[in-house]
Amino acid sequence: MSERVNPFALIAGDKHADRVVPPSGFTARLTIFTAAAMAFLAVFALALSLATGRIAAEWDAALAQSSTVRIAAPEGQVEAQVSAVMGVLVTTPGVAEATVLTDAEQQALLEPWFGPDLPLDTLPLPRLVTITETPQGYDSAGLRARLAGEAPGAVLDDHTRWREPLVKAADRLRLFGLVSLALIAATTAAIITLAASAALAANAQVIGVLRLVGARDSYIARAFVRRYTLRALAGAAAGSLVGMVAIFLIPSKEMTGGFLTVPGFAGFEWLLPLVIPPLAAIAAFLATRRAAFSTLRERP
Amino acid sequence: MIELDKVSYGYGGAPILGDVSLQLTPGSFHFLTGPSGAGKTTLLKLCYGALTAQQGRVSIFDQDVRDMSRDEVALTRRRVGVVHQDQQFLDHLSLADNVALPLTVSGRPVDDGEVRDLLAWVGLSNQKASRPPELSGGERQRAALARAIIMSPEVVLADEPTGNVDWEMSIRLLQLMVELNRMGKTIMIATHDLNLIRSAKAQVQARVLRISGHQVQLAGADL
Repeated sequence: MSERVNPFALIAGDKHADRVVPPSGFTARLTIFTAAAMAFLAVFALALSLATGRIAAEWDAALAQSSTVRIAAPEGQVEAQVSAVMGVLVTTPGVAEATVLTDAEQQALLEPWFGPDLPLDTLPLPRLVTITETPQGYDSAGLRARLAGEAPGAVLDDHTRWREPLVKAADRLRLFGLVSLALIAATTAAIITLAASAALAANAQVIGVLRLVGARDSYIARAFVRRYTLRALAGAAAGSLVGMVAIFLIPSKEMTGGFLTVPGFAGFEWLLPLVIPPLAAIAAFLATRRAAFSTLRERP
Repeated sequence: MIELDKVSYGYGGAPILGDVSLQLTPGSFHFLTGPSGAGKTTLLKLCYGALTAQQGRVSIFDQDVRDMSRDEVALTRRRVGVVHQDQQFLDHLSLADNVALPLTVSGRPVDDGEVRDLLAWVGLSNQKASRPPELSGGERQRAALARAIIMSPEVVLADEPTGNVDWEMSIRLLQLMVELNRMGKTIMIATHDLNLIRSAKAQVQARVLRISGHQVQLAGADL
């Protein structure tokens, strides 16, 4: 039995074959609506996944190239230990720049938490030295050992314990986005399979007549598959377009003051949702084709 | 052309046909008769591959039906015109499109003139744009006959083609079948209308087969 449904013949169509299947019905509307809704959700899942990926990259880049030395020493030894730390840092390979934060800079760091009237001079705050690494980075274990020897009150924080869970969380979110896309594709295929099966069952008499007059299974399948593929394509195109407009209208990260991470596309990423309608059509093609041949095999 | 050799068939364990042997030779004219439920439709379905014999062998154009793929069965049906008992049509298409359906599904170009001539032959020239539900029983029977022969099949199998029509229409349909037979087509008509068979015997040399007791027998002079 020939079970091929030529994709090129499918695109080109056959005006006579197209007419043998009754043109309307509940399953037609169901297919278009499902494809549109799923494409809309797919655009959001894609935007969320891409935005999360960007955040992960930003966090990684921001934290990976910087570290901090915190110096907490008894009064009278602070400046000596700061000088010792700076002496160690300028001779450490992999350290591009080391800067002692001024009181004003420390005040600015603490201001969001304690307000602008913080009396720094009355608090036993540690001194902070920010380190900018070279691309090659430094040997953190070796630096810790040297700092322990030269400045006992100095503690090196290379941000590893912050960076890893943040990046891991962002990576997980990105993975969830991709899993969501896969689930949306599978759900779309499942619903279109159900719709196509319902349509085939509802058109049992049509199929019986076509078989009676000598239609091959591939001919009958093509008539159904083409119709459902085109419906899925049209629905997914509409859903993707609405999804892209909705994403476009979401306020940007800058507009939300950087507090809200919003799903969105950047640059060429705006082209990616355009892949969703063809993918939906391919899913519909495969699902309907399978349903059609499965149904036809059960008939004489 | 079509041959059944010791064919048995039943539904749910109940036998309908048992050890039936039959041969339709080219250009022959057969009537198949018997009471309702005797197995006339089953026998016809075996003859065009809609059913596969549970025992025995059915060959259509020298090919065993059991060895045929679904595509081969489809291709065989293009050589066997079938007038179905319940005249199945595609109700959303016009009568002309329904009659041309065998051409459409086989990928052959649809010649509007040919369809028009055929509809004129069965007396449906004025109904070519009508939808099947708008037609009377007799018109649907004639349309089914037109559809069955548009591919110029070698065999025409008709299942109770006069079941829902008046006597005048039955005779008209019979004459169309006789004309086809004179063109060289092999004809088999399943009917329980003995008057129709008697009318036909005056016009054509027909063999009458009767299904009785799950067997097919040649009917004698009692008809």
